[in-house]
Amino acid sequence: MNAPVQKMPVDLERQRAVCAALRAFMPAQNVLFEREDVTPYECDGLSAYRQVPMVVALPENEEQVCAILEACHQMRVPVTARGAGTGLSGGALPLGNGVLLSLAKLMSIISIDPASRSARVQPGVRNVSISEAAAAYGLYYAPDPSSQIACSIGGNVAENSGGVHCLKYGLTVHNILKIRVATIEGEIIELGGGGLDSAGYDLLALMTGSEGLLGVVTEITVKLLPRPECAQVVLAAFDDVARAGQAVANVIAAGIIPAGMEMMDQPATLAVEPFVNAGYPTDAAGILLCESDGTREEVAEEIARIEQIMADSGAHLVRVSQDESERLRFWAGRKAAFPAVGRLSPDYYCMDGTIPRKRLAEVLRGITEMEKKYDLRCANVFHAGDGNLHPLILYDANDASQLQRAEDFGAEILKLCIDVGGTITGEHGVGVEKIDSMCVQFRSVELEAFHALKHAFDEHGLLNPGKAVPTLQRCAEFGRMHVHAGQEKFPELPRF
Amino acid sequence: MSDTPKLLAESIRAAADARRPLAIRGSGSKAFYGHALQGEALDVTGHRGIISYEPTELVITARAGTPLAEIEALMREQGQMLGFEPPQFGGGGTIGGCIAAGLSGPRRAYAGSARDFVLGLRLLDGRGTDLSFGGQVMKNVAGYDVSRLATGSLGTLGVILEVSLKVLPLPPAELTLVQEHSQAEALRLMNTWAGKPLPMTATCHADGKLYLRLAGAQAAVKAAAATLGGETLAGADVFWRDLRDQRHAFFAGDSANNLPLWRLSLRSTTAELTLPGTQLIEWGGALRWLRSDADVMSIRKAARGGEGHATLFRGGKPGTAVFHPLPAALMKLHKRVKQAMDPAGILNPGRMYPDL
Repeated sequence: MNAPVQKMPVDLERQRAVCAALRAFMPAQNVLFEREDVTPYECDGLSAYRQVPMVVALPENEEQVCAILEACHQMRVPVTARGAGTGLSGGALPLGNGVLLSLAKLMSIISIDPASRSARVQPGVRNVSISEAAAAYGLYYAPDPSSQIACSIGGNVAENSGGVHCLKYGLTVHNILKIRVATIEGEIIELGGGGLDSAGYDLLALMTGSEGLLGVVTEITVKLLPRPECAQVVLAAFDDVARAGQAVANVIAAGIIPAGMEMMDQPATLAVEPFVNAGYPTDAAGILLCESDGTREEVAEEIARIEQIMADSGAHLVRVSQDESERLRFWAGRKAAFPAVGRLSPDYYCMDGTIPRKRLAEVLRGITEMEKKYDLRCANVFHAGDGNLHPLILYDANDASQLQRAEDFGAEILKLCIDVGGTITGEHGVGVEKIDSMCVQFRSVELEAFHALKHAFDEHGLLNPGKAVPTLQRCAEFGRMHVHAGQEKFPELPRF
Repeated sequence: MSDTPKLLAESIRAAADARRPLAIRGSGSKAFYGHALQGEALDVTGHRGIISYEPTELVITARAGTPLAEIEALMREQGQMLGFEPPQFGGGGTIGGCIAAGLSGPRRAYAGSARDFVLGLRLLDGRGTDLSFGGQVMKNVAGYDVSRLATGSLGTLGVILEVSLKVLPLPPAELTLVQEHSQAEALRLMNTWAGKPLPMTATCHADGKLYLRLAGAQAAVKAAAATLGGETLAGADVFWRDLRDQRHAFFAGDSANNLPLWRLSLRSTTAELTLPGTQLIEWGGALRWLRSDADVMSIRKAARGGEGHATLFRGGKPGTAVFHPLPAALMKLHKRVKQAMDPAGILNPGRMYPDL
C-alpha cells in the first residue's frame, strides 16, 4: 500500500511496435496508448497503487484475445488482464512496460439452459446480470461478492470470489462448471465440462483464484441454483464480541449451516446506522445477522432454533425480520458498511484475513491494541460463518505518516491471522497488496512449487508478473527477517 | 509415527535420484481403479490418526492413512459427516486414498464433490519435499489451489500426508421415496426437481425405479414428500450405502465373466444413452453407470455427446485407456504440471495416463 508508483519512462519505440502488432488484427480504436486514453486503467479498486500501462487492448471476441496473447508472447511483452477493475488487492494494476488486456467488451450472456441449470457467459458480464437473466427461470448464480453490481464474472474466477452466502453455497470454484482459457501462447483450452467432473487433473480448480497468472479466461459456464422459496434473518445484539463469537459456534454446533452469518462490531454499526437506518442497536459491542433460506417449513423451523440459540448465548436483543422489506433493511446496513465507514474518514484500508472462528475474540483484542499502537481507528465487519474478517483501518492518505502506519497496521493484522492458524486473504486475493505477507504465510519450498506451476503455464513469466506469488529474492529483501519457530524462513538466500 | 513423513521423503528422494518408479499404496480398496501400478510399493498406511477435529469450526484434519470408517464414526458421534459421501469400497479406504482418487458418492450433485470439501493438504512432491497448501479455514485464496489440483490426481502429483476437510452437519430428518418410471421420464423428473427449491440429497434410477432421498428439517422433508409422492423406502440407509460402495445388485459380481463397468459423467440433461447393456443413473442424471461390451469408441463418443467423459471403471480389455483421452493442448499442459510437481516422473507413473 506504500503507493509504489513506478515512474518508468515509456519506451516509445516498443509502444509503437506493440500497437502496430495489435492493430494488424484489431480496430485502431481498440488499441489505446495516448496518455489520456490509458490513464483510466491506471488502478483497480486498490487505488493507492497506480501505474499507467504502456498499451491498453480492448478485444471484442475470443479470437482477438488469443491473437493479443500470441503477439505479446512473441514480442515478450507482459500482459495484465482486467475485468471490471473492482478488485481490492491490485491484481489488475498495469505494468508500465506491458499491455493491459481489458475483457470489458466481452460482455454477452451467450446462453442460459434452465433445464441443466447453467449459463454460458463471457468474462466481462457483471456478476449480478447472471442472476437477473436467470430470474425468469426461478434460478440464480449463488456467489455474491459485495461488489456484485459492478464486478465481472471473469474477475470472480481470477480471484475465486466469495460473498456473504458462501458458507452454505460455496465460492466461485464451487459454482462453475467449465471455462475456456486462452494460454499465453494464444491457444484455447477447455477446463471442466458439461458434467460434474472432468478427465485428468482438476485444472479448473487450479485456474480459479490464480489471479491472471496462468491464463486468460474467455468464457465461463456457471452453475445456476433454484431460488430459495423464502429467507428470513435474525438480528442479535451482544454486549461482548466474544459472546457473539460463541453464539456463532453454538449455531454451528446445533447442526445449522446458515445461508449467511455476519458480525459487525460497534465502530461499524455506529458508522452504518446514521447512514442507512438499518435498525441496528448502536449500544451493542457487536451484532450478528443470521439468515436462513429454503422452503417455508425449513426456514420456520431453523429461524425458531436460531432465535433460541441467540437468546441462550446471551444476546440482549433478538429480532426476526417480519417481512421481506425488513430483511432487506437488516442487510442494507451490512452491505453499506464499507461506504459508511468511508464517510468517517478520508480513506480506509480494507483487510481480508481468515481465522479459525474460535480465535475471534483474541484477534479483535489484538486489533484493539494495534489501534493504540498505530494511533488509527479500525472498524470490523466479519463473515462470521466462515471466519473471514474485514478490518477497515481508517486513515488519511494525504498524510504520509498515516499511510505508512495504516500499511504497518494491516501487515500486523495479517501476521496475527497467520499466527492463529488462518490466512492472509479469504476472498480479495494477494495481488500486489499482500505479496510481502505471502512470505510470512508460506515457506520458500511452497513458493518454489508455485513458481514451478507458473512456469508450466507461462514459461517466460509474461502473465501478470509481480502479483500473487513473490520471488524468493523479494521475500529475502522484505525479510524484516520473519523468524518462525526459531527457524529462518529463507536460510538458503543471501541477506541484504 | 512422527518419523513416517521423514522416512517417506527419504524413500522418494532415493527413488527420484535413481529414477525408480514408486507405487503409492494405501489400504488398496481402490487398487482396481486406473491403470495397473508399476514400481516399488510405497506403503503410506502407517501414517494415521486424526490430528484435530473441531465440530464447531466444521473442519477435520487427519493423517492420510487414517481409515475413512474411523473418521466417519467419530464425526457421527458429533452429529456431522463428510458432505461428499465418499465410497468405501469393500468397507475399506483411507482418507488419503479417498482424496487422491477424488471420488464422491450419491450426495455429490446436491452438496459438492471431494475436491469441493478439501481445505488444505500436506504432501510430499516428487523430490520428497514436504509441502503444505491451503489451510484449515473455509476461505483461503493465498497461493495457487494446489490442494484441489492434487485431489483426484491419483498420487501422480504427490504423496498426501495430511488432509483438512470441511464437514457438514447430519440432517435432522431423512426419507427416501421410490417411484416407478422409465429412464427417459426419470431423467426429465430429476432435472425438473433440481431446478426447484426441494430438500433433495440423492437420486438414483435403476431397474425402472427412481429413488429420491430428501433430507433436512423434519417439516421440510415431510412437505416435500407429500408434494412428490411415492412409496417410502424401508432400509434406505442400507440402499444408499450399498449404492455408494457398489454393493448394489447392479454392480454385483466382479468376476472376469462380467461386462466391463463404465462411468460416464455427463451434462445431466443428456438424453437416454442408446448403448447396449444395462444402466444405472445417479446425480440427477449427471452420472451414468453402464455395464456394456460396446466398443470403446462408441462409448467415448456418447460421452462427448453429453459434453462429458467416460472412464473404464472396472474390467474391460487389457490395454484399454481407462480415462478419457485429453485433447493435445490439454495433455501438453498436464505433462508440464506433472513435470513441475514430480520432475523425475516417479510417482504412480502411468496410473492415470501413460505420459503422466
